[in-house]
Amino acid sequence: MTSAPSAASAASRRADFPLLAANPGLHYLDSAASAQKPRVVLDALRDYYETSYANPHRGAYALSALATDRYHAARETLARFVGVADADRLIYTRGTTEAINLVATAWGGANVTAGDRIVVTALEHHANFVPWQQLAKSAGAELVVCELTADGRLDLDCLASLLTPRTRVVAFNHVSNALGTVNPAAAVIGLVRERCDAIVVCDGAQAAPHLPLDLDALDADFYAFSGHKMGGPMGIGALVGRRALLEAMPPYQFGGDMIEFVRDDDSSWNVLPHKFEAGTPNAADAVGLAAACDYLSSIGMTEVRAHEQRLTALADRRLAEVGAVVYGPTAAERSGVVSFTLGDVHPHDLATILDAGGVCIRAGNHCAQPLMRRLGVGSTARASFYVYSDESDVDALVEGLVRARELFGLGAA
Amino acid sequence: MSDATRPTGPMPAQLSALYQELILDHYRRPRNRGTLDPADETVAMKNPICGDEITLTMSFDGDRLAEVKFAGAGCSISQASASMMTQLVRGKSVAETERLIERLGEMLKGDAAAAADERLGDLRALSGVARLPVRFKCATLAWTALQRALVERRRLSHNAGGPAE
Repeated sequence: MTSAPSAASAASRRADFPLLAANPGLHYLDSAASAQKPRVVLDALRDYYETSYANPHRGAYALSALATDRYHAARETLARFVGVADADRLIYTRGTTEAINLVATAWGGANVTAGDRIVVTALEHHANFVPWQQLAKSAGAELVVCELTADGRLDLDCLASLLTPRTRVVAFNHVSNALGTVNPAAAVIGLVRERCDAIVVCDGAQAAPHLPLDLDALDADFYAFSGHKMGGPMGIGALVGRRALLEAMPPYQFGGDMIEFVRDDDSSWNVLPHKFEAGTPNAADAVGLAAACDYLSSIGMTEVRAHEQRLTALADRRLAEVGAVVYGPTAAERSGVVSFTLGDVHPHDLATILDAGGVCIRAGNHCAQPLMRRLGVGSTARASFYVYSDESDVDALVEGLVRARELFGLGAA
Repeated sequence: MSDATRPTGPMPAQLSALYQELILDHYRRPRNRGTLDPADETVAMKNPICGDEITLTMSFDGDRLAEVKFAGAGCSISQASASMMTQLVRGKSVAETERLIERLGEMLKGDAAAAADERLGDLRALSGVARLPVRFKCATLAWTALQRALVERRRLSHNAGGPAE
């Protein structure tokens, strides 16, 4: 598991990604927004459409059965990848956003009432903040925000103080998209279980691509993640739910596939996972996502994590040398995310200057306005790494920041 | 892959042209920054892509813009553009201001004659944005806000009278 760190391995991985292979001068440092696609994923998509394509669950013919089998095999692969033995409790969604909205609407609509409390954190992406805020508004519940420590970690004392008998939901991210903070998910869940019987909803969009996951052991009530951030296609992701909760709560959408009996006056629902997958499923992208899981497994998630930590620590050091301020905890407590500012150079200007050197970064509030307010900055620049990133990407980033210092007359760091 | 689909950022010379002294000066020492109180018109806008925000307040003297102030936060392009705008439109009639808004749009779309038009004053320093389409909205944010204010003012003063825009 602890294979030797080598620049060569990331460089050879770069060749696995057609877009990166075609653009040797490109330094793609926006993987937290979306990851590039390995060739095996693109091949799997094409193969599914060329050899196995029909509408799953529909036809009484061999081709449809093949399409169905591959769809469910993909679910098994994805479930195994994130450490879930019972694949039927893994529901395909369009991504993390839809998965969280599913829980807030279907479970929240049936279980949260006036006077209840919903706890979110100041570290959340809008996708794990606004659905709860709006549920609270419509149900007459109270939304409270868990604050952060000065270095951008969840304040567990604050969280403990917010957990009351009326707390019905605790929603938090496993890894922050804006700072890269890796939250102690097991400790958070343990704390909630100790204090109240709230459900725990974990946004894993930035965790599934970067950390080894064992969701059966973690035991969140709901865990959401997206395929496109882990090398899979856009438009597919998953919600892993506790079976008893999924079976008890109402469906999210109605239509084909999710149905059992339809009488004129009422209907009954199909079993899991179909109950929450109304309409023609996104089977091809599920197959593509399974190929992405196989690709990541071939590297090993422990090595993925170690590789990103090495680059993050290196980037922190090099950025400090050119006078950039990095936000959040130390590299050891972050995923491959470096959120920073440089003097009075606005992040949007940094992005343009870096773009001239082929360096792609994100600039803005990272869909985390509550966090930005607390950090006291309007926006930050964010560089984020993945399996194909290497030291040359850090070099190019630093070179661009030196250029920004010159252009803005900041002098030498 | 054809060059048309190859992702290439700005050239180094384009960067130097963009981040010139004049723009950085307006960014670091913005003119007419603040809020007029009372104001004849107030308009707030946000660029949802980058989160830049601007609030314009202005007073009129008859048909002319007496004073315009801006508040908010943003990148050097958006702040310099706003700062230059408040200087340029001061004392101009609504019709003259609308003509300037149009002219600026032409310049930012690459019109060489507009980029040489002296009526745009310091704003000509922003002509390099024409080669950076991703920054177009930064350069136009303040102007879009001003245009909205003018449309609103015309709507109020003409009531159901003439055409709005």
